[in-house]
Amino acid sequence: MARYIFRRILMAIPVVFLIVLATFVLVHAMPGGPFDAVGTKAMPEKIRVILERRYGLDQPLYKQFGAYVWNLLHGDLGPLFRRQSQTVNDIVAQTFPVSIQLGSLSILVGFAFGIPIGIIAALNHNTVIDYIVTFMAVITRSIPSLVLGPFLILIFGVKFDILPIAFWGADPPFVLGFLPHPTKEFWLHAVMPVFSLGTGMAAGIARLTRAGLLDVLSSDYIRTARAKGLHERAIIIVHALKNSLIPVVTILGPLLAAAVTGSFITEQIFALNGMGRNFVNSIGQREYFLQTSLVLIYGILLVSGNLLVDIMYAWVDPRIRYD
Amino acid sequence: MTADKELEKLTENDDNASYGKGRSPLQDAFREFRRNKVAVAGTVFIIMVIIAAFIAPVITPYHFATQNILYNRAKPMEGYDITTVFAEENCHWYETPLEWGCTVYMSGSDALGRDLWSRVVYGTRVSLAVAFTAATVSLVIGLVYGTVSGFNGGRVDNIMMRIVDFLYAVPMLPIIIMMTVYFKALSRRGVSTGLMGWMIELNKLTGGLLFVFIAIGALNWIGMARMARGQVLSYKEKEFVEAAQAIGASSGHIIFKHLIPNVLGPLLIAESMAIPGYIFTESALSFIGLGVDPPTPSWGAMINEGYSGLRSNPHLVLLPGIALTVLTLAFNFMGDGLRDAFDTRLRGRK
Repeated sequence: MARYIFRRILMAIPVVFLIVLATFVLVHAMPGGPFDAVGTKAMPEKIRVILERRYGLDQPLYKQFGAYVWNLLHGDLGPLFRRQSQTVNDIVAQTFPVSIQLGSLSILVGFAFGIPIGIIAALNHNTVIDYIVTFMAVITRSIPSLVLGPFLILIFGVKFDILPIAFWGADPPFVLGFLPHPTKEFWLHAVMPVFSLGTGMAAGIARLTRAGLLDVLSSDYIRTARAKGLHERAIIIVHALKNSLIPVVTILGPLLAAAVTGSFITEQIFALNGMGRNFVNSIGQREYFLQTSLVLIYGILLVSGNLLVDIMYAWVDPRIRYD
Repeated sequence: MTADKELEKLTENDDNASYGKGRSPLQDAFREFRRNKVAVAGTVFIIMVIIAAFIAPVITPYHFATQNILYNRAKPMEGYDITTVFAEENCHWYETPLEWGCTVYMSGSDALGRDLWSRVVYGTRVSLAVAFTAATVSLVIGLVYGTVSGFNGGRVDNIMMRIVDFLYAVPMLPIIIMMTVYFKALSRRGVSTGLMGWMIELNKLTGGLLFVFIAIGALNWIGMARMARGQVLSYKEKEFVEAAQAIGASSGHIIFKHLIPNVLGPLLIAESMAIPGYIFTESALSFIGLGVDPPTPSWGAMINEGYSGLRSNPHLVLLPGIALTVLTLAFNFMGDGLRDAFDTRLRGRK
């Protein structure tokens, strides 16, 4: 197992490198530069040349890329052009924890609601409860976070006025660099963004849990367990549940991607200072280093997420061996 | 005739019926699908939306870009009276470059004084175009790629699947966002030579949809390719393919007559289940300003325009939001119904 993980990490390095290379080239291929004229007020040519030299933008592209990678290896993600007092490192230190908190909380909500609901539906197969749950799951799955966010704001923020409609409740410095201080303020702020991302996930997980459990419950070894007179609860919890979670694990990867994708939207709607919002807001600007670095972080997240899924596979299904 | 009906009744709830008139698997699936009321309702709704998209000019009072700036942010049903909707006193002609308009809006008007209902109805065109084009594009690319990879096997398969594995680890959405930005920046600068210029022209003609198609197609063919390859690999070993090879059928014949018809079904069902995702992605891209170009109405873009005034004008978000949700719901119902109908493994368990 350890060797497998090591090999996977080794294989991930060229993948991440190619992602960085592609993004870097793409960003630099865009017409215009970071010091172009804004509106009618043009920057004097001399100053622009000096600025470009300062950031090394006058060098040939391969040299710039080499310098960027060299700095990356030293933990330096590069400078910002528009906000001189900050570097990309500062931005990432501020926004990465927010995105991670939002994403992991919503995945947590997805599992915390999805698995029990799926189990309930499967245990009451072909009854009214099952139909209601399945129907609700399809409806919930159909509401995009893009729509759910404003709906929640309208209901809980405007109509009842019980939840704050914007901003994240935790600010840097974070505990250990990425954990929020669990204040009441934080939870109040977190409820709406987390649920607008998490309910869709919960619906998907509930559906998979239900299907997985139904599949397992009709298998021979469950019949054996029943035949030897085991308690129904013991059958479900000890024998069936773990195997029924195999299909659920498969969507962890897509779920992680959905958390990333959703964060682009959710952070925008709730004005959270996360990575997605910074990425989207820097689209129109030519913040070469910020954009490349954020894509790099997304790449690392995705690669490690996929690795995590494969490891969890082996854990829930010992028949799978990685050698 | 009556005997047939009787038989039908007899076999209605018997899935293993082997007597009477034979039914093809397709007929079986169709019967199963028809029995699923929700799926049928979803399909009917989608057909209605398709018709609405085609006859949009007939069922909307205005063009989607018609502005009446003096009556912007009108509340729904404001001044709405069925007897006087198009009455003379409600309509005004102005000396401005803005077009004239009637001052009643069934579902309100947006910040630029455009009728919301008209925009929502025209918005179906964007969503449906994205749904079907993205499905077709990712299906075709995935099918070709997967079939080539699976059928050839060996080193070709290995290399092609390595590429897919690589793409699978790439954070697609950020890269696609960058690509769209790149395209949009180029088209703003007015490149007009070669392939790029041609694409930019086409993009303008489609109201900015071409780049959305490319983005979503590039995002989604990978899963399809994997699935197609898996299917081809398993069918390649089946006896009927072996038999075809034994009587000397060419590879092309085997691929087109034996493999693709078998592979296509599961892929089509997977596509129908992926369509809500395509609609989501389009609205998300439009929401962050990278989808269609204004004034083309897309529901995502409309939510983006409306959500900053959520407190005072909730209808600007609610109407496109509900439209988006209901259409997605219909596609989900249809996709689930199709899967249930064609998955013979599931059928016995009902």
